[in-house]
Amino acid sequence: MRDKTEYMVVEFSKAIFLYGIVALSLIGLGLFSFITLEHEGHWLTGMNNQVVWGLPHVFAIFLIIAASGILNIASISSVFNIKIYKPLGRLSALLAICLLTGGLIVLVLDLGRPDRLVVAMTTFNFKSIFAWNIFLYSGFMAVIAIYLWMMFEARYNKFIGKVGAFAFAWRVTLTTGTGSIFAFLVAKEAYGALSAPLFIALSLLMGTAIFYKILFWMDRGLGVPLGAEIISRFRKLLIYFIFTVLYITVLAHLTSLYITKNHDFEFFLLFSENIYTFLFWVGQIGLGTIIPLVILYNKKLSKSAFGILLASILVILGGFIMLYIIIISGQAYPLDLFPGYNESSTFYDGAISAYTPSIYEVMLGLGGVGISAAIYIFAIMVLDFTPKNLGDEYTLGKEYKEKLIQNED
Amino acid sequence: MKKYELKLNRRNFLKNSAMLGVSTIAPGVFFQELAYGRALDEPASPKIRWGMLINTNQCTDECDACVTACNEEHGIEDFGRPTTDTQWIRKITLTEELSKKSISVPMMCQHCENPPCVDVCPTGASFIRDDGIVLVNKHTCIGCRYCMMSCPYKARSFVHENLENQLPHTPRGKGCVESCNLCVHKIDNGENNTACAEACQKDGHQAILFGDLNDEESDISKQLKKYATKEVRSDLGLNTAVRYRGI
Repeated sequence: MRDKTEYMVVEFSKAIFLYGIVALSLIGLGLFSFITLEHEGHWLTGMNNQVVWGLPHVFAIFLIIAASGILNIASISSVFNIKIYKPLGRLSALLAICLLTGGLIVLVLDLGRPDRLVVAMTTFNFKSIFAWNIFLYSGFMAVIAIYLWMMFEARYNKFIGKVGAFAFAWRVTLTTGTGSIFAFLVAKEAYGALSAPLFIALSLLMGTAIFYKILFWMDRGLGVPLGAEIISRFRKLLIYFIFTVLYITVLAHLTSLYITKNHDFEFFLLFSENIYTFLFWVGQIGLGTIIPLVILYNKKLSKSAFGILLASILVILGGFIMLYIIIISGQAYPLDLFPGYNESSTFYDGAISAYTPSIYEVMLGLGGVGISAAIYIFAIMVLDFTPKNLGDEYTLGKEYKEKLIQNED
Repeated sequence: MKKYELKLNRRNFLKNSAMLGVSTIAPGVFFQELAYGRALDEPASPKIRWGMLINTNQCTDECDACVTACNEEHGIEDFGRPTTDTQWIRKITLTEELSKKSISVPMMCQHCENPPCVDVCPTGASFIRDDGIVLVNKHTCIGCRYCMMSCPYKARSFVHENLENQLPHTPRGKGCVESCNLCVHKIDNGENNTACAEACQKDGHQAILFGDLNDEESDISKQLKKYATKEVRSDLGLNTAVRYRGI
């Protein structure tokens, strides 16, 4: 079916200027951090031989899974054929490319030898999920490019469904690949096969929340009116995905708690006096799950665009904290090389490793966010990605008129 | 009664002389080849599997000769930043939870037959040589540290600092991951021993024994047959080439 939505090329405005300045500043910080680390070495970061992946990896994985999740909005319209999301299809695909690019750049710039990117792109060990991910990520870009082509070219609109279904399958595989990075670690108690479905659920949640944040900005900054119907749809999506993430989180911890050898790690994470326990209960569960749910079920807030924005921001924060806990705590907790013995050494065997991210890691991560934002701004200023109006009268069509009549009666 | 005659004709004389000559020279040529190991352009042989047996009964808490020797052999510097400084071999103090008995254990790359670091390495820079030595190809390591995440023995270090004056036989550099290479340069030179084992022998502890696990006549194989030994984290099924006595 042809897409009848009217789109526009966004013109330079105060909102664009502010957004652009922020994006470019973040890129500047990221670039500065990269050059410094490349020159001096990674000892400047908080990462060490115990916690080998740090804040840059949290940023990178956050952006990568958000990229996969944000494409969900396009999938809902073209795969599951729910028309109200149709005007958001182009933006959804664009944002997926933006976020993925930002995430991958952080990942690459944090490598010990980023200059060897060409080695990583040409020399593969196919038993490694990392090698597969290189294909999954670059393939994802290609699939989305075709998807966008089908959306932009009116003659090819009829293929959107098929290409969309393929992109949907690719996206699920991609997030499975990202989650599996942690599933394939033989000696770490913290990770298991549930990482993959957990990452998929989290990706849907992050994608929805980030998309909503952008819709809100479009409404206030670009003057694209946002109708109550879309707001209410996003509210429902957020609720579904919060519960899905919570369900898998509870399942993972309960399963792990059942197994005696995992007790120590679970108690370390859930019931100890350390930063991870605090982040889990206050950050992930409190800020990222309970408060957003309270907002989304609150009579007043659940109907206001600002209420949903608040919930989205908290959910994004909670998701980021969740990834931080997953990635860092599993490394900070010591490996048990000799069960039945207490271990100590100059290499921190048997000790809980301390990790404090340095300013360079924060800057590098923010650089990735800046790149995502900059690509988005550039793209909406040169191509017609942005729908002119997302008010109910445009998105609902006939239904809206029926509703009006009903209300008048 | 049979008569013995001396039938020395020209043909037999030449034949016997040739045989005598071959049997005199051949062992020399053959044994010399054995003594010098393989030529450098010849690939490592899968018939050999290098390994170590560490007798913790003979290792003491105060001694760190193996660690010092390793650092010297491979030019590993101390930058005074213990969380990021490289350690190829370290001494772990184990205290038994019940009896509080204390044991000192040298720990390094265990040179698994099925190494998780090799499985996860995206570029194949982590690899296992035919003679069982697990190495990092410093030309293709991109410094992603996935191998460090996957190693059950925490045996690997990431080079966090700028290095200078590296030794020609141990290529090292900032941004790559590295670990014990079983003194592969000494093996390839035909020395067939490691710096840590030599240092331990010199210090009179004799706690580290290096040798070919596939050769039934080697000291290490004989000791492995004679004594109860242990593979660290044997539950993972990695079949390590470093075994321990006394734990």
